[in-house]
Amino acid sequence: MATAAVVEQGERENYLNATYGLKSWLLTVDHKRIALLYLISITFFFFIGGFFALLIRLELLTPAGDLVQSDTYNKLFTMHGQVMVFFFLIPAVPAVLGNFLIPIMIGAKDLAFPRINLLSWYLYIIGGILMLYTILAGGADTGWTFYTPLSTEFLNTHVITAALAVFTAGFSSILTGLNFIVTTHRMRAPGMTWNRLPLFVWAHYATSLIQVLGTPVLAITIVLVALERLFHLGIFNPALGGDPLLFQHLFWFYSHPAVYIMILPGMGIISEVVCCFSRKRIFGYKAMALALLGIAVVGFLVWAHHMFVAGISLYAALIFSLLTYFVGVPSAVKVFNWTATMYKGSIRYDTPMLYAFGFIGLFTMGGLTGLFLASLGLDVHVTDTYFVVAHFHYVMVGGMVVAYLAGIHFWWPKISGRMYPEGWGKLAALLVFVGFNLTFFPQFVLGYLGMPRRYHAYPPEFQVLNVLSTAGATVLAVGYLLPMVYFLWSLRYGKPAPVNPWGAAGLEWQVPSPPPTFNFDEQPVVTWEAYNYDEIPEPEEVPVGQ
Amino acid sequence: MDNSQVAVIEGHTHDNPALLHHFATEGQQKNAASLGMWLFLAQEVMFFGGLFCAYLVYRHWYYGDFSAASETIAILPGAINTAVLICSSLTVVLAVRAAQLNKRLQLVFWLLATIVLGLAFLGIKAFEYYEKFVEHHIPGVNFSFIEHLPNQPGVMANPHHAEMFFSLYFAMTGMHALHMIIGVGLFGFLAFEAWRGKYTSEYYTPIENSGLYWHFVDIIWIYLFPLIYLIDRHR
Amino acid sequence: MANHSTTEHSTSEHISSIGSSITIWLILLVCTGITVGAAFIDLGPLNTVVALSIATFKATLVVLFFMHVKYTHERLTPLVIVSALFFLGLLLSLSMADFGTRGWH
Repeated sequence: MATAAVVEQGERENYLNATYGLKSWLLTVDHKRIALLYLISITFFFFIGGFFALLIRLELLTPAGDLVQSDTYNKLFTMHGQVMVFFFLIPAVPAVLGNFLIPIMIGAKDLAFPRINLLSWYLYIIGGILMLYTILAGGADTGWTFYTPLSTEFLNTHVITAALAVFTAGFSSILTGLNFIVTTHRMRAPGMTWNRLPLFVWAHYATSLIQVLGTPVLAITIVLVALERLFHLGIFNPALGGDPLLFQHLFWFYSHPAVYIMILPGMGIISEVVCCFSRKRIFGYKAMALALLGIAVVGFLVWAHHMFVAGISLYAALIFSLLTYFVGVPSAVKVFNWTATMYKGSIRYDTPMLYAFGFIGLFTMGGLTGLFLASLGLDVHVTDTYFVVAHFHYVMVGGMVVAYLAGIHFWWPKISGRMYPEGWGKLAALLVFVGFNLTFFPQFVLGYLGMPRRYHAYPPEFQVLNVLSTAGATVLAVGYLLPMVYFLWSLRYGKPAPVNPWGAAGLEWQVPSPPPTFNFDEQPVVTWEAYNYDEIPEPEEVPVGQ
Repeated sequence: MDNSQVAVIEGHTHDNPALLHHFATEGQQKNAASLGMWLFLAQEVMFFGGLFCAYLVYRHWYYGDFSAASETIAILPGAINTAVLICSSLTVVLAVRAAQLNKRLQLVFWLLATIVLGLAFLGIKAFEYYEKFVEHHIPGVNFSFIEHLPNQPGVMANPHHAEMFFSLYFAMTGMHALHMIIGVGLFGFLAFEAWRGKYTSEYYTPIENSGLYWHFVDIIWIYLFPLIYLIDRHR
Repeated sequence: MANHSTTEHSTSEHISSIGSSITIWLILLVCTGITVGAAFIDLGPLNTVVALSIATFKATLVVLFFMHVKYTHERLTPLVIVSALFFLGLLLSLSMADFGTRGWH
């Protein structure tokens, strides 16, 4: 076991410099290195997905379909959706921040199954290569939802390779979830009881339940689509007695809980950030933990709200509409509790906290508009319009991506050993917030006015709002590029990070920045509650960048 | 629900080469592996569950046609296969027992017995698939189904719906067979390692967990058998 | 300062006896026979119920005895099994809430 060994030039041995060479990274079983491998790959796919988004917004600058043909436009929004959902949104927080932090937060040396962790990354990469192949070969144009019989009978595009890519990435997700569940049950340090776990860990536990129980249904559905396409079966083909809605039921059984896979880890991040920058315990710890589990479980009961106008029976629609209202309750509990945590707290406005503020507001808007969609009468009016597009971008981008950025900024000192430049961080956060709202708020209006989604042309009266949206997308893009630049800059020129730059609670803030390979020199024994901010001194100096 | 395990990290020399570095004790490692396998089986339940859902829907809608289709599948090979799998579950139990009692040769024997039974299952399955091929019941271009509805000599079954049954038949039994093949391969590897003496009463976790996998595949078949072979046989 | 948690050996160290294993094996074979036999008796809609009930009984025996769930001290294992079955039940029942009510007016 390495104690704090002093290597040349006074640089302490840590997980980054412990071993060198490509093989030591590609064959690593260190959860922290695997997290970085994921960080690089996920960022790559984020920009691929973002590139498609930019092309979509460019086309929508003008009412006529003049930049690309309609078939090409179909490919753009399909590849944007599939890349973003399966190769960014689903894995990002768990595979990067979850992987890096969970063992340290619970006082363990690694996850329960380090080799399976590495396998998860390789499966992600294989899926990613298959998706890249699909893109380069001409893409699929089914929409990210693969609806049948369009995807099984009527398209000549690369549906099967896209499906295989998603299947493989799904397997990666299942194994990550499995790893986290076993780790949380079996690897906690003495004294780290369930009631002392950081909410970040609870959030990933709840997420992992969804990953393990939901993703396999997507997997078998994709297998059936591939089989149907290859052998002309008829499972989803009405001409042969099949029902397209069976596909939709099976697809959405996973894909609705999938959105909770995306948001729950983000909520875990926000709990950590809000507590730290209010210097207060979380308000209602038990309620917050139960709300996470509640979202995970109730999230499995609502999937057919994506199918209200698809042809399900009215009775099913009524049931699913009612259940969908229930799922909003635990989310609302969390928003109230974050707010209550901040009340009479000692608020600091560092970059992670700015993103957290953004999250709470934008996620609330996204969530409330979800309730619009849960109402059958309203849904008939706004389904398949830009209202839906705006709703899910508010929760996925305004929620999850913002939370991800909050987390990356918050834990960057721990991961890299460097501080990022705070001024630039604040600027980027502002650009993201402004750019995001400018991009997506007009889309609520557009949808309500009747502009349908997935069309490359639209009536001229919608142009002004579309131009605003595209302008916002440009600002948002700058907001996303800035952190790329300054994080890379900070690796070389950033101020070396102290052990606990934020004065935060949690075991990860007791190990060096960056941590040694095996995290702890001695196994910690936990005798304190989570978020014990009354016992933790404020940081001596609030670190600022150069 | 406090399951934390105490460990001493510094200066710990492991005399058991099977103990991985990030676990404190063999017990913790074993518990982790076991929970991991059970969670994997849980996701397998959901994986096959999608197929059962599809089957449930279409059986509900096309019961008569499904009965007609099911009648063309001979019961005997299916019943024999069910017995074969039940026997193989017994051999797995005996293999785990042999490992627990440190009996290397018995362990290898029972693992090989399981493999033989698994291969027998696959062989009978292949024969059944061949029968379907000959009868033109494989979905696709050459599919043809000309049968009456059971107990209704004047009414023909809908061939599209019958094809639906066979699509699900091949998807479900095919997926099951794929899992059997993986299981047979896994047990082959285990038998080889067992022969080399890797498993003792101190460490037999892979045997136990592979056994869980095998029993699960058996349970899937326990449900497939009546659903596929025994619809409406009394007519 | 190592102490050993009581959960350390909770995965079953139970060693199956040959007698009990063979007993369960025989019961499973007999049940298979009953399943086939019952399929030839006209019980109307109960045929399916009987077949699936016997299958569930067989599966329960395999889980409890062959997979050692009866003998484990680990409370988590039954919880994992029940959870998986619960979510499978959700998939099947809520889907049938649609498929089963399509024809209603």
